[in-house]
Amino acid sequence: MSDPLPDRFGSVPSRAAPVPYGPSSSANLADILERVLDKGIVIAGDIRINLLDIELLTIKLRILVASVDKAKEMGIDWWEHDPSLSSKHTGGPLAEENRRLRAELEALRRERLATGEPPEAEVFEDVEAADGAEPEDEAPPARATRKRPPRKRGT
Amino acid sequence: MNAREDLTYVYAAVPDTREVRASLGGLRGVSGAPVSLLAAGTAPVAFVVSRVAPDEFDERTLKARFEDLEWLEGVARAHHEVVQTVARHDTVLPLRLATVYQNDDRARRALTDQSRAFTERIALLRGRSEFGVKLYVSPAGSTDRTGRTDGAESREGAADDASLTPGKAYLRRRRAQHSAQETRYRYAQEAAARVEALAPRFSTHRVRHPAQTGALAGPEENVLNDAYLVPHDRAEEFRTALAAAVEGLDGVRVEVTGPWAPYSFATPSPPSGPGAAGEGAAP
Repeated sequence: MSDPLPDRFGSVPSRAAPVPYGPSSSANLADILERVLDKGIVIAGDIRINLLDIELLTIKLRILVASVDKAKEMGIDWWEHDPSLSSKHTGGPLAEENRRLRAELEALRRERLATGEPPEAEVFEDVEAADGAEPEDEAPPARATRKRPPRKRGT
Repeated sequence: MNAREDLTYVYAAVPDTREVRASLGGLRGVSGAPVSLLAAGTAPVAFVVSRVAPDEFDERTLKARFEDLEWLEGVARAHHEVVQTVARHDTVLPLRLATVYQNDDRARRALTDQSRAFTERIALLRGRSEFGVKLYVSPAGSTDRTGRTDGAESREGAADDASLTPGKAYLRRRRAQHSAQETRYRYAQEAAARVEALAPRFSTHRVRHPAQTGALAGPEENVLNDAYLVPHDRAEEFRTALAAAVEGLDGVRVEVTGPWAPYSFATPSPPSGPGAAGEGAAP
């Protein structure tokens, strides 16, 4: 690979670099792991560590299995948005949206229960269909007249 | 394996100079062991090494240890610390974590075998450091878990909220939030294009790492994770230019890490593919 830049440092390799190489402690652990596990020269050592040949993802998974809480303490939570690794936490935008929708759905259900209206399962769709048709928060009566019959909820 | 003999842990290849040797004085590596230089005959490069215990670094133990994040962090940081320390004094080729030999002789043989390749690579990397360039997009309204108030982006609809049904207000917020997020991703693309455009002025090589999918810095989403090889004397300009590149792009943040020893450029032929080293060659 040719290198077009003049090598003006060649004669003074011993001079301390003008850019400060910070101590390890100043770097994000995820950045360090990314480099020491996934970059750097691979030469065959006597001790074969097959793990190092495996995708970093695998190691992430192993880390996850080993010690989630510890990792979180240290600010590593890169798997949380990885659908293949995520269990209970956010799995990316979709999961985030899903959760928000569910929360909203639940809130609307409760609201309806509070006003004595029989709850429907498809609250969200109803609301969508009713866009522009309801004047107030006191909407339950209007919703009751919706063409689509309320879903049976086991009652 | 002579189970009780200490093993030789190799951190990096480095020019064998007096300066480098001096820099290792007092330096401690993995397991707190003193670090030294291992030379091979008249080879101009040497290995940076230390002793490690066989009962900690034999294959079976290592495999288990890699699942122990605390242990892994300790070794990773120790490895990195040694590499960075040497990098302050000379051009260094970092080796992959846990490159271990039965003894110094075995390590010496490996060094001799590749001495020429190491020397060439060091010459190429001389006077340059690696810088990480990451772009983050902050999610629209991510700060509110209830989804009730979704941040500044949805403020346009906020005035009407009082007169809307909860459902309609919700939908309106969702739409506003969605379009705000679209805008941010568009901005992120623009930022990535700007970074790509300016980098060749400062950098000879680029390696594209997978985005760190997750919230390493709060709720932000990492959308770009590049490494650039930058001459020492251009580093500050590079940082400044990058900071300027994302100005005006709301919701997009650039983070520059480094200088790093050239981890991402240590291998002569990095894994090929779009963005592999060489693509960003300076004009």
